[in-house]
Amino acid sequence: MSRPGRIRGKLRWSNLYTFSCIRPHVLESEGGHSLQGPGFSRVVYCNEPRLHRRAPLKYPSNYISTTKYNCITFLPKAIFEQFRRVANMYFLLAAILSLTPIAPFSAVSMIAPLAFVVGLSMAKEALEDWRRFYQDIKVNTRKANVHGGDGKFCHRAWQKIQVGDVVKVEKNQFFPADLLLLSSSYDDGICYVETMNLDGETNLKIKRSLEVTLPLDEGDAFKEFKGTIRCEDPNPSLYTFVGNFEYDRQIYALDPTQILLRDSKLRNTPYVYGVVIFTGHDSKVMQNSTKSPSKRSRIERKMDYIIYILFTILVLISLVSSIGFAVKTKFGMPNWWYLQPQNTTNLYDPTRPILSGIFHLVTALILYGYLIPISLYVSIEVVKVMQAMFINQDIQLYDEEIGKPARARTSNLNEELGQVDTILSDKTGTLTCNQMDFLKCCIAGISYGVGSSEVEIAAEKLMAMDRSSVDMWENGGRDFRVSGIELEYGIIPKVEKAQKQNMIKGFNFEDDRLMSGNWLKAPDADAILLFLRILAVCHTAIPELNEETGSFNYEAESPDEGAFLVAAREFGFEFCKRTQSSVVIKEKFTFSGEPIEREFKILNLLEFNSKRKRMSVIVRDQDGQILLLCKGADSIIFERLSKNGRAHEEETIKHLNEYGEAGLRTLVLAYRKLEESEYSDWNDEFNKAKNTVGAEREGLLERVADLMEKDLVLVGATAVEDKLQKGVPQCIDKLAQAGLKIWVLTGDKMETAINIGYACSLLRQGMKQILVSTTNEDDHKEMKDNILMQITNASQRIKLEKDPHAAFALIIDGKTLAYALEDELKVQFLELAVDCASVICCRVSPMQKALVTRLVKEGTGKTTLAIGDGANDVGMIQEADIGVGISGVEGMQAVMASDFSIAQFRFLERLLVVHGHWCYKRIAQMICYFFYKNIAFGLTLFYFEAYTSFSGQSIYDDWYMILFNVILTSLPVISLGALEQDVSSEVCLQFPALYQQGPRNLFFDWSRICGWMANGLYTSLIIFFLNISIFSDQAFHAGGQTADMSSVGATMFTCIVWAVNCQIALTMSHFTWIQYLFVWGSVGTWYFFLLIYGMTSPTFSGDAHRILTEALAPAPIYWGATLLAIVTCNLPYLANVSFQRSFNPLDHHIIQEIKHYKKDIEDQHMWTRESSKARQKTKIGFTVRVEAKIRQLKGKMQKKYSTVSNHSGGS
Amino acid sequence: MSTTAASTSGAAGSADSSPPRRNSKRPKYSKFTQQELPACKPILTPKWVISAFTLISVIFIPIGVASLLASRDVVEIVDRYETDCIPESLRGEKATKLAHIQDPLSNKTCQRNLTVPKHMKQPIFVYYQLDNFYQNHRRYVKSRNDEQLRKGREANTTSGCDPEDTTSDGSPIVPCGLIAWSLFNDTYNFTRNEQSLNVNKKDISWKSDRDRKFGDNVFPKNFQNGTLIGGGSLNPNISLSKQEDLIVWMRTAALPTFRKLYGKIEVDLEANDVITVVLQNNYNTYSFGGKKKLVLSTTSWLGGKNDFLGIAYLTVGSLCLFLAMAFFIVYLVKPRRLGDPSYLSWNRNPSGH
Repeated sequence: MSRPGRIRGKLRWSNLYTFSCIRPHVLESEGGHSLQGPGFSRVVYCNEPRLHRRAPLKYPSNYISTTKYNCITFLPKAIFEQFRRVANMYFLLAAILSLTPIAPFSAVSMIAPLAFVVGLSMAKEALEDWRRFYQDIKVNTRKANVHGGDGKFCHRAWQKIQVGDVVKVEKNQFFPADLLLLSSSYDDGICYVETMNLDGETNLKIKRSLEVTLPLDEGDAFKEFKGTIRCEDPNPSLYTFVGNFEYDRQIYALDPTQILLRDSKLRNTPYVYGVVIFTGHDSKVMQNSTKSPSKRSRIERKMDYIIYILFTILVLISLVSSIGFAVKTKFGMPNWWYLQPQNTTNLYDPTRPILSGIFHLVTALILYGYLIPISLYVSIEVVKVMQAMFINQDIQLYDEEIGKPARARTSNLNEELGQVDTILSDKTGTLTCNQMDFLKCCIAGISYGVGSSEVEIAAEKLMAMDRSSVDMWENGGRDFRVSGIELEYGIIPKVEKAQKQNMIKGFNFEDDRLMSGNWLKAPDADAILLFLRILAVCHTAIPELNEETGSFNYEAESPDEGAFLVAAREFGFEFCKRTQSSVVIKEKFTFSGEPIEREFKILNLLEFNSKRKRMSVIVRDQDGQILLLCKGADSIIFERLSKNGRAHEEETIKHLNEYGEAGLRTLVLAYRKLEESEYSDWNDEFNKAKNTVGAEREGLLERVADLMEKDLVLVGATAVEDKLQKGVPQCIDKLAQAGLKIWVLTGDKMETAINIGYACSLLRQGMKQILVSTTNEDDHKEMKDNILMQITNASQRIKLEKDPHAAFALIIDGKTLAYALEDELKVQFLELAVDCASVICCRVSPMQKALVTRLVKEGTGKTTLAIGDGANDVGMIQEADIGVGISGVEGMQAVMASDFSIAQFRFLERLLVVHGHWCYKRIAQMICYFFYKNIAFGLTLFYFEAYTSFSGQSIYDDWYMILFNVILTSLPVISLGALEQDVSSEVCLQFPALYQQGPRNLFFDWSRICGWMANGLYTSLIIFFLNISIFSDQAFHAGGQTADMSSVGATMFTCIVWAVNCQIALTMSHFTWIQYLFVWGSVGTWYFFLLIYGMTSPTFSGDAHRILTEALAPAPIYWGATLLAIVTCNLPYLANVSFQRSFNPLDHHIIQEIKHYKKDIEDQHMWTRESSKARQKTKIGFTVRVEAKIRQLKGKMQKKYSTVSNHSGGS
Repeated sequence: MSTTAASTSGAAGSADSSPPRRNSKRPKYSKFTQQELPACKPILTPKWVISAFTLISVIFIPIGVASLLASRDVVEIVDRYETDCIPESLRGEKATKLAHIQDPLSNKTCQRNLTVPKHMKQPIFVYYQLDNFYQNHRRYVKSRNDEQLRKGREANTTSGCDPEDTTSDGSPIVPCGLIAWSLFNDTYNFTRNEQSLNVNKKDISWKSDRDRKFGDNVFPKNFQNGTLIGGGSLNPNISLSKQEDLIVWMRTAALPTFRKLYGKIEVDLEANDVITVVLQNNYNTYSFGGKKKLVLSTTSWLGGKNDFLGIAYLTVGSLCLFLAMAFFIVYLVKPRRLGDPSYLSWNRNPSGH
């Protein structure tokens, strides 16, 4: 595998590159850094891993573990975690106290539910940890090629790799640990590394080894290899490394350019050898991994408040009880001879009522504990796991191409998905696929390429729509919007078809004038030839033969470059070979008609960097002519053109503007012919600069390069499409209609960001752009004032804007953002940003992304969702209320930090609008219902106390009370929480406005919560007093027996079970067989339980023995009371809901009715019309763009019409 | 850290294995996981609501009438006697009343005359009713041992019976606990026209209590032998399963005012019959000021006399009728076509979203 690479790769990049791998030739032999003091204790004996098996040189193995627990620590740690929840602590205390006589219940009735609840939560923890463990195993058992002695390399699992091992890493493999680069397949020890997993940058980075280790480039060379590395201790800094390498009695200094970090990837280099320095958790990437913050949803936080309220109520009624008890004990009990007041314990001592009262307080706190639903947490947990399962299993969130489904990585944020207000999105990899397609070019002032970008297709669509809608408008059609929407949906498939035809990755060019050699006949064929040659020669890529197709693939530093090479290949200029000093191009079409291989000698390469914004090569062609070929940003190139090189400048600029508006990325190509003498003079100077030592070297080099890159002749321009991911504009449109705000935060430059803004319809013509930027860089204070002024001006402008349709877009770059995010400015900045329809931040660092997210989250107080794919998005993903990672590409950093992962941006729509909407409603209804049922139940206990002189006796059997939360009412509420659907998923998608029920929090606001609590209070009052009155003192049987406590208790409990289960049935609007089974099954279970419990031994069942068969079932009054209670309890709810539905219906009510009467099928026109209207007022997105256009046209028509009429009126 | 599944090691191998693995990640289709289970989606249409309310009232009003009639059918005689059965001279002070009732030698016999207001069909149930008596007090309720009551050999099991578990010399009390100890012990003898009316004290308790809860081999032992005498005593020669007064008493009442069955008179009583009750006023309710009442009552299919259930049914029934009518009228006045899109929020206020 390595052999061909080795032969092919005889390259010394360092001789070519000018800026990026400056090798400090001299320093190397001059001894290393002085490594003294703490923090520099690490010693690594290369190729002698044995030495690292024993202390003090024993370092951690390369085994990594991201699990929270292991077998031994699981129990104590997980239990500790569980009891950090206040509610669980309360229940634990109650359980402990239940072992004492203070408790009103038997111990088992307190401990069993607690054990169940805690056990279930712990089981969930264990399952999640198991998944992490499984992931770890997968990583740990990956194979690496490790030197096993005697120059032989063998495969070994990652976890077995030790410090000091020599490993060989091949192309496209990940580095298993932090390595010191010894040598690579290139002669000068260069290799390319992709660090997307670490910092999210897609450009490749160049690493190079020390000169001395270059000979170690074959297996055999490692037989005798020995060396010692002394370096810094493990630390999380990715960009620094200090160490010395002792080899052959010499000391060499090491710096970060020799270090290959774990989890970055070898690219463009067939193989490298390296020696392991940091393993496992010592590696920089692991040192960097932060525990993701645990997030809680808004609803859950609010639920805490409700719990506090309930706690307060609990304490209050407990206090009332114990005061009542103390009073009764002091004044009443001495008279109650049947209690033997003279013989009592402290619990009931009339002589010490205060002490008894205090004891009673504890009793009461336990007794009324049913107000705080112990099972609430566990039920919510179960429901959320199920909701997460539904998200994971949703086929419509599954990406067929990549083969990845959506994943809810944490289940506790499901309902938060239904309340999102602002989406902060990354660009590259999220909105775009980081794939460039060569789409158009402009050569000698003539534009070529008829293929259209997605944006252009969209623009065409717009025009078509405009025409048709204007027609409609003219014909008196009132609802022009409808036609527009229909048209949009009609056109989309066509677009997709067009995309499918494009088979060649990176090339989407169509123009017969240039294809298949036709350019030879063009009038300016020379220019075209030159243009194509520049494309084929001016780059830093390496060709790679694809043996299947026989053509070449290119390993380029950036996708743009790859696209150029593919384009050149398709035009017949196939770049097929790179040697140390030359580039070979196969030219398929020549003037002579014969294919020919041309070799260009590369004399110098002045490569691209973000400051220069251009790259040039100086080549000598086969005729001996020296040429400088240059490509770069338009602003840079145009100012470097020579006087006679500007022949086509005007046309080119015109075309460049067109391309830019279409959302394409442009570069300008130029060249310069050099005289031999001119070149050699310059080259001397250049070499001098290259060999300078010291800080000024870089500046010098730049100046020299500058001298050469001038007096250029313009050849043409290229336009490359930064491909949007599938469905992104449509998704953004829908999300905007659902009322979501979308901010784009990108590391890219402003121009690209704006292009993408257009492409996604975040920006449109006629939108007022507010560009906040800084010009001078000198004075901090001045700059701040400047920015503040820009912000206030812009805010002023928005305030003064009269046109209701006016939309503003804020575009800000990273440098300015740094100031805008400072404390003094951030409030104003946020105010401005919130007023703008779309916000685009360019050139932002990962840190700034997180800061912006925090600003939005804390400043607006609304729910934010951050979506991104790279490691640079990790900060914002962790900072936002919800982090979503795109799992489409390889980088998993974002996914690992995220709460949800989806394969593509477009799935966000379904995730939010369907799952979010459902989950929000489900959880909200479920929590409300939970509080209702527990208040209904818990308060009856309290009322009864008043009749028992507050002694702490409950009217129900202990077992009833256990069953109430654990069995009798838990499954229905879980089925509500997991399966309820107000409207179907299709309707959710068709009516994005329904989503706003979440952000507006219609279902979990205080009025609703209080309503439910009042309902609970009402139910408890009705059930208690109804039963007390019915069973007061007379016989309840034809047989004359009167009701004892157990019969009254059982009847009351029957009423409660019925009432709360009927209530949930009324609450649900979606019954599958599961809901039927659970709701009515719960009621059935109660009777079944009562029957079985009555059959058990009377010592166990006590007074409940045979209660159903003998006492209750034969008594009509029992059934009568049940029926009465059911109806009376649910009457107000039913009346209220019916009233609301009839006279003040919510949107989903109407839609339910439409669906119910199948009106959507009968009257499809109405249905589509309504679904097109069902959207929030928004100023971004595709549909709005259409509307704006139509408005504009209408305005024009109006004007025309009025002038015409004026005219005719005047004549 | 990277745990990407797209493993990059061994390019050839992974290329072969990737397609099946991809497919395995595809969620399996089932109606349940796709949340597409067939479902019934009932909605509350006005028609539905009106008919539901009407239906409820149609069912409830007859039930209410029937129960009210049943309750009216029941003839009940209530006689409160705790004050009247104390000699007149002692009635003033609580202390004197107490002294009288606690004096084992004082004459506690008392005679009462009751007039039957209406024909009473047999069986006529005789109840005693106590008031202000917390049989549901936690200390009281817990003070018993079901094991001991049930099995003869468990006589020594007295846990939970404190403070009435053992005598001062440590031998167990059967039946132990405060409930048994405070057994009600007033007795009633009925005569009509100088003809004694037999009170049947059999089968006044639940059958399962007699058969399974109170053992027929459990005999009272050391009962009421202590220094403190509570209520009535038990015949040590009759097994607990036959001591129905105790069984009835041991079923603790839910409320501080309660009736318990004393016996049954199994002959019809005619209107205006005068029944003479000779009662032994033994039980101490004077210390806590509780009333004592003697109740004679017939039963209907619904039980004793209680109008509440009937009234409640009638109330709820008529409320539903009212609601049904109200909804009907409002619906007539201001009808809303079901599924009328003009009620959608974006149509109702098109500007403000």
